[in-house]
Amino acid sequence: MNLTVIFATLLILTAVGYFLGRQRAFASVGGRASQLHSLPSYHGAYVALWCLLPALLLFLLWMLAEPHILRAITIGALPPELANLPNNQLGLVLNDIQNIAEGNAARAGADPAKLAAADHLITWERTGRIAIAIAAVAAALAGLLWGRHRIAPALRARNSVERTATILLIACSTISVITTVGIVLSLLFESLRFFAQVPFYEFLFGLQWSPQTAMRADQVGSSGAFGAIPLFAGTLLITLIAMVVAVPLGLMAAIYMADYASKTVRAFVKPALEVLAGIPTVVYGFFAALTVAPFIRGAGQSIGLDVASESALAAGVVMGIMIIPFVSSLSDDVMNAVPQSLRDGSYALGATKSETIRQVVVPAALPGIVGAVLLAVSRAIGETMIVVMAAGLTANLTANPLEAVTTVTVQIATLLVGDQEFDSPKTLSAFALGLVLFCVTLALNIVALSIVRRYREKYD
Amino acid sequence: MTEAAIEAMQFRQAETSAVRVRRRYAAERRFRFYGVLAISVAVLMLALLLATIVSKGYGAFVQTEITIDINFDSAVIDPAGTLDPAVLATADYAKLIKEALYAQFPEATSRGDKRALYDLVSTGASYELQKMVLTDPSLIGKTQPVTLTASDDVDMLNKGYMSRSGVEAERRLNDKQVGWIDGLAAKGLVSTALGTAFLTHGDSREPEQAGVWGAVVGTVFTMLVTLLMTLPLGVATAVYLEEFAPKNRWTDLIEININNLAAVPSIVFGLLGLAVFLNFFGLPRSAPLVGGMVLALIVLPTIIIAGRAAIKAVPPSIREAALGVGASRLQVVTHHVLPLAMPGILTGTIIGMAHALGETAPLLMIGMVAFIVDIPGGITDAATVLPVQIYIWADSPERAFVERTSAAIMVLLAVLLVMNGLAILLRRQFERRW
Repeated sequence: MNLTVIFATLLILTAVGYFLGRQRAFASVGGRASQLHSLPSYHGAYVALWCLLPALLLFLLWMLAEPHILRAITIGALPPELANLPNNQLGLVLNDIQNIAEGNAARAGADPAKLAAADHLITWERTGRIAIAIAAVAAALAGLLWGRHRIAPALRARNSVERTATILLIACSTISVITTVGIVLSLLFESLRFFAQVPFYEFLFGLQWSPQTAMRADQVGSSGAFGAIPLFAGTLLITLIAMVVAVPLGLMAAIYMADYASKTVRAFVKPALEVLAGIPTVVYGFFAALTVAPFIRGAGQSIGLDVASESALAAGVVMGIMIIPFVSSLSDDVMNAVPQSLRDGSYALGATKSETIRQVVVPAALPGIVGAVLLAVSRAIGETMIVVMAAGLTANLTANPLEAVTTVTVQIATLLVGDQEFDSPKTLSAFALGLVLFCVTLALNIVALSIVRRYREKYD
Repeated sequence: MTEAAIEAMQFRQAETSAVRVRRRYAAERRFRFYGVLAISVAVLMLALLLATIVSKGYGAFVQTEITIDINFDSAVIDPAGTLDPAVLATADYAKLIKEALYAQFPEATSRGDKRALYDLVSTGASYELQKMVLTDPSLIGKTQPVTLTASDDVDMLNKGYMSRSGVEAERRLNDKQVGWIDGLAAKGLVSTALGTAFLTHGDSREPEQAGVWGAVVGTVFTMLVTLLMTLPLGVATAVYLEEFAPKNRWTDLIEININNLAAVPSIVFGLLGLAVFLNFFGLPRSAPLVGGMVLALIVLPTIIIAGRAAIKAVPPSIREAALGVGASRLQVVTHHVLPLAMPGILTGTIIGMAHALGETAPLLMIGMVAFIVDIPGGITDAATVLPVQIYIWADSPERAFVERTSAAIMVLLAVLLVMNGLAILLRRQFERRW
C-alpha cells in the first residue's frame, strides 16, 4: 500500500465531499440558492474541509511517527546479542535489515537473525500501512458525513470556511519564524555538543586549525587543533579583496549609469549587470579556478613573485566581480532617493556634475551607501562555491593575498561532504562554524539597518 | 587702491580662476572616465567569462569516432546459435573490437601494446556493439564497418587540446598510440560527429560517456518540489501580512524574521536541512524531496517580499469597491486582489526559482554530491542537480571533463536565460500602471 495512493484517495474523497456538499445545499432549499446564507460553493468547501483536515492531520502525524515506531518494533524483536550492541553498531545492523527488507541487499548469504528481523519488519510495515489507510479513509468519511449532516439553509458556511482559511494563513506565516527557530536550535544543539568536547575559548581564540582527530594512538598528522582564528583571517582577507574590487567599481558604475550614461548605454549595460547578478556562483568558481588563478599565477611568476595556484587574490577578485551588481543596484537606489532640489542648488552655485556628486549627493546618501557596503560584506562572508573551488583547504594565518588561505564556508563544506561520524568533534565543528557565520551575518545586517535608519536624512 | 592695483588684482583673479576652472573641468573629465572605466571592467569581465566558457564548452557537443571493420563472429557472440537475448547480452564484445584493432595494426604484439591499442576506443564501445546486436541479431556472422566512440584521450588529441610534441611520459597517449591514430586518420577512419551522449547519458567516470541528463531530471524534480512548497506558503504569508495582520508585536516579529532570513547565507540552510530533515526526520539522503525543501526555505523570503510588493501595488479603490458590493474580506482578496497581483507574484516566483536553480552549497550539505549514474525515477530516489554536477566535474582530473563542465555551464546558463527572459516578458506584458 503506497503512501501516495492513500494521499490520492484522501484528495478524491475531498473532491467528492465538495460536490456532495454543494448538491445538498441546493437540495435543502429546493434549488433557490438565494435562500442560502452562503454561496453553495462555500457549503461545498465546508464539507470538503471537514473531510480533508482531520484525515490529513492523522496521516501526517503517522508519517512522522512511522520510522520511529518501526525502529522500536524491530529492536524489540531482535535477539539479545544484537539488541544490546552499542549505538553505532546497532545502527549498522538496522541498516542491513532495512536493505534486506527493501530488496536492495541479497537474501541468500545474510545472517538468519537479520533475515527473520527483515521479514518481521515487512509484516509490521504492511500492517501499519493498512491500519493508517483504513484510519485515514474512515476519518475522511466520518468528516464527510458529519459535514453533510450540518448543511442547512441557515448554516453560516462562509464564516466557518473563512475562519479556517485565516487560521491556515496565520499558520503559513509562522513557518518563517519556525525556520529561524529551527536554524538557531539545530546550530546551537550541535554546537553545544562540540563545545562539550572542545573548549569555547580554544575554538574562538586558537591559532591552529587542523581538524583531523586521531583514531589510533600512533596516527600521524592528527593533532585535532580547533582554533578558528586562521579561518576568520582567511575569510576577512578574501572579503577585503572582494570589497576593494566591488565597492569602487559598483559605486562608480551606479554613478555613471544614473548621471552620465546615454539611453543606449543604459539599455546595454543595465541588462549586462543583471546577467552578472544572475550567474550562479559555481560558474564564477569554475571561472576563477580555470582562468583567473592560472593567469594571476603566470603574471606573478613573470614578475618573479611566488604566487600560489589557489591564491586569495584570485578568489577575492572573482568574488568582487560577483558582488558588483549588488553594490551598484543598492547604491543606485540610495542615490536616487536624494532629492533633486539638493542637486539643483549645487548646480546653481556653479558646481560641475562630478563636484555635485562628490560633495553633495554622496555625502547625503552616505548612510545608505555604508549600509549597502555592509550588506555586500555580509554576502561575501557567506559565499561558498567560489571559495570552495578557487581557494585553498589548509588554514593559513597570513595577510599576503598571494598565498592560499581557507575560509569558514570552505571548512563547513569540506567537513560535511565526506564520511560523517556524527559524534566526532571534526563534524560537529562545522556546526560551530555555521553558528559563528549565522551570528556574524545577522549582526552585520542589524548594524546595516540601524545605520541606515539612524542617520538617514528626511527630505520632506 | 590705485587703478593699476585693482586692474592687476582683477587680472590675477581672472588668471587663477581660469586655471581653477580648467582644473575643475579636467577633474570632471577624469571622474567621467572613471565611470566609463568601471562599467567597461564589469562588462569586460562578463564577456570574458562567457567567452571562456563557450570556447571551452562547445566542443563537448562533438564527439570523435573511429570506424573499423568488425567481424560479428558467431563463435564469440552466440556459439549455440539460440539467438537468446540473455546470451547475446553477455557476450564478449570487447574481444570483437580487439580482434578488429589487432587486424588493423599487426605490429602491436606485446601485451602492453595490445592494451594501448584497445585504449584508443571508449570503454563503452563494447556496449555500443551489444546494443547493435540486440536490436538487429541478423548482424551475427557478417563483417561490416562500425563507428565506435573514441576514448577521451583520443578525443582531446583530435580536438587539439593534447599536443603531439613534448615529452612522451607527460602525455596521456604514448607515441605509438599517436602513430596509430594518425594512421587511422590518414585512411579517413577518424571522424567527428554530433555527440548525443552529452545530453542523453547520466553521469560516468569516463568523460566520453558522461552526460547531463541525470542532473537535468534531478533538477526538474527538485524545482518541482521547491515550487509546490514555496509558492502556496509564500503567497499565503504575503496575503496574511498585507491584508489581515493586525499591527502588533507578533506581526513585527514575523516581518523582521523574513528580512533576516533573506540575508542568511545559503550554506546555513544546508546545515538546517542536514540537522533537521536528514537526522531528525530521517528523510532519504540526496533525494530531490529534501533538496526541494531546503531550496523552498531559501526562496521563501524572496517570494514573500515580491508578493507583498505586488499586493501593495493594487489600489485601495478596488478593495473598497468590492467591500462596497458586499464581499467579505477573504472574498476581496481571492476574487479581486490576488488575480490583479498575480503577474507581480509570478515574476517574483520566476526570479526566485532562477536563484534556486543556481544554488549549490546547501545541496552539498544534504548529500546531493554523490556519484549518481542512474536517471532518478521519483522525488525520493538519489539524484543530483546541474550546478552540483558542474561542481563534481570541475573537480575531476581528466582534461576532457573541462570541456564537459563548460558545456554543462552553457546548458545551465541557457536555462537561466530563458527563465529570466520569461520573467521580463511577463512583467512587460501584464504589468498595469494604476
